[in-house]
Amino acid sequence: MSLAEVLDMRSGEGANAILRGARVLDPAAGIDGVHDVVIRDGRIAELAPPGAGLAAGAEEVEAGGLHAFPGFFDPHVHLRTPGQEHKEDIETGTRAAAAGGYCGILAMANAVPPVCTAADIGALRERARAEASVPVGFLATVTGGMRGEELTEMVDLREAGAVGFSDDGLPIVSARIMRRALQYQRLCGGTLALHEEDPELSGEGAMHEGAVSAALGITGIPSVSESTAIARDAALAAYEGGRIHVQHLSAAESVETVRSAKAAGVHLSAEVTPHHLCLTDEAVRSLDPGRFKMNPPLRAEGDRQALIEGLRQGTIECIATDHAPHTAEEKEVPFEQAAMGVTGLETAFAAIHTDLVLPGTLELGLVIERMAGGAAPFGFERPSLAPGSEANVALCDLSAEWTAGEDGYESRSLNSWCAGRRLRGRVLMTLAGGQIAYRLRTFSLGVAR
Amino acid sequence: MRHLLAIEQLSREEIEAILDRSESFAEVGRRDIKKVPTLRGRTVVSLFYESSTRTSSSFELAAKRLSADLVSVKAAGSSVEKGESLKDTVATLSAYDPAAIVIRHPHAGAAQMVAGWTSAAVVNAGDGKHEHPSQALLDVFTLRRRLDSLDGKRIWIVGDVLHSRVARSNLIAFQRMGAQVTVCGPPTLIPREIEALGCEVSHSLDRLGEADVVYALRMQQERMSESFVPSIREYAARFQIGSRRLGPRQLLMHPGPVNRGVELSGEVIDSPQSLIGEQVAAGLVVRMAILYELLAGGERPEPVDDDGVAEHPTPIGQPA
Repeated sequence: MSLAEVLDMRSGEGANAILRGARVLDPAAGIDGVHDVVIRDGRIAELAPPGAGLAAGAEEVEAGGLHAFPGFFDPHVHLRTPGQEHKEDIETGTRAAAAGGYCGILAMANAVPPVCTAADIGALRERARAEASVPVGFLATVTGGMRGEELTEMVDLREAGAVGFSDDGLPIVSARIMRRALQYQRLCGGTLALHEEDPELSGEGAMHEGAVSAALGITGIPSVSESTAIARDAALAAYEGGRIHVQHLSAAESVETVRSAKAAGVHLSAEVTPHHLCLTDEAVRSLDPGRFKMNPPLRAEGDRQALIEGLRQGTIECIATDHAPHTAEEKEVPFEQAAMGVTGLETAFAAIHTDLVLPGTLELGLVIERMAGGAAPFGFERPSLAPGSEANVALCDLSAEWTAGEDGYESRSLNSWCAGRRLRGRVLMTLAGGQIAYRLRTFSLGVAR
Repeated sequence: MRHLLAIEQLSREEIEAILDRSESFAEVGRRDIKKVPTLRGRTVVSLFYESSTRTSSSFELAAKRLSADLVSVKAAGSSVEKGESLKDTVATLSAYDPAAIVIRHPHAGAAQMVAGWTSAAVVNAGDGKHEHPSQALLDVFTLRRRLDSLDGKRIWIVGDVLHSRVARSNLIAFQRMGAQVTVCGPPTLIPREIEALGCEVSHSLDRLGEADVVYALRMQQERMSESFVPSIREYAARFQIGSRRLGPRQLLMHPGPVNRGVELSGEVIDSPQSLIGEQVAAGLVVRMAILYELLAGGERPEPVDDDGVAEHPTPIGQPA
């Protein structure tokens, strides 16, 4: 089923457009060539030879020199709704997603109060159908109030449309509760998305434990705080035959733990964020919490290399932003006191393109595949440009240079880890769930013939 | 030098310039009239979010000796207790158009943030466990007077390095002045990967005899309840600097306040090798030099008459 059918978005007309002469790249579908992408009634009707696509009644987009990718899918977004709409809401968060080329996102449940009941899920879905620019799915918490003490009504939540379960923001400390959730998953389905951290080891830590934390005198969060938690949950998932998705890997030890668990046949998937792929704890020397404080923390160069290699090998199947909006007041305080989290939806592709694709570290095709790789772990159809697919397209100018934040953000918050950075590669237009979800203001459409 | 935020940001030449300036203030301190008019009409704000005796009192006296007007704000009993943010507090105090803000804060990077919010020169008087640059400067000043030069000297920093901003600033400052530094303590109190700062690490005092200078750190009682050490008694047995461990030609330093009988035995505190009293005395002149370099740099201090008027008032207002 297509994304618009299984997730929620604002209803609207299916797009009729033709992307004229775009370089179309969809490695998962075996597509790599220059085509007219003909979109009719919200679906990819055909990939015609350049100039041959019929444009009758369709908006015509001069896409020569531009790249058309399958829309990106982000399985890890904080929409801060309900309760913290001053940071983000469904409308602004999905607009930020559309501006980043995303055609689908999954919203975490750690709102205020946390999303714990079928009624909460129902209310969020209703708002998404009124406000969302791109298809959005909502996770429910694993435990009531994220207290880690008892399970939510997982069956009811699934029936109400929860796409999965996560206490993200907090780990599930109790192995007993984790095991019960995995057992109950056999009844209700739904992927368990896990924030892996041992709070006993993280303690009061505010950054990665290593040479930089030693120099700054800031309490460190050791890598093993993450990897030992993953190892426990992988063993429990194996024992119960469960399905888990490990969120925001940050450490080399974690990549190795995931790799060996997969080799042992455990059903688990893993994600990595653009900031963990592009930055290290060296950035924290600036003591700027707005851009560089998040959990898990930015780690050392060896960790970053292991994450890149894990992404390349497929140990990590998807890139997820962990888009986490915060107010200026929560970030305009000394590093240790500041809130954890950075926004990333609007810059994810551009940052990875700038830092990893242009220098030759990662192949463009692999990045495109991993940017859409977050759908499958939750059982959704991978966005595709193959004819017949729902129109989910990110149209990008890989030569465009821009500065993150120069024209503000679609997100309501300013705590972008890329703020002020010069980036190369920009999303000009996004089709999501068959609709035109975004176009850059300075990018004008041609007139229909 | 616009601000003094971290030793990390100072070159050896900049450190030496402050030490040389400190020497000239030490000379002023031996005169009958210890006050100079350099900062007359200018305001220094002392903003302390943590309790402090020697740092706050010496900065405040330093400002007064330079004839500055002093505003002293302690977190307890101020608007901070009413929940005012650091940013708003700094904005409020900046309305007095201070020439300098001296800040002590329990979190790393606070002074640096304040520097971004005010046009005043900002002096870091300790930010969390990060840095305490004026302490490092006064310690280097004290040692330089005793040893002439730190080049090639071996300095051991012993104790709770993990929780110590003094350890971090001194480690950097001592090395920048040419010394070789070893940090020593139980593994629980030595930061992982501290070797990246260029020091050696030891977990025992066996080789303490190689040190020219032993710099002991304060060991707080609560480290036991946090299970960093099994007991203060065992810690003292392994790591206390006592007369049996301290050789006759080794110098002893401590930033204070001392836990007598924990990190130091009573007899070494009172021994002739101890520089602890000299450190405190150095605190005043070094902090005068810091304020002077930031606010009036380049000019020589002159004594004033009792009526407060110097023969040739020192030009002010143009930081070097």
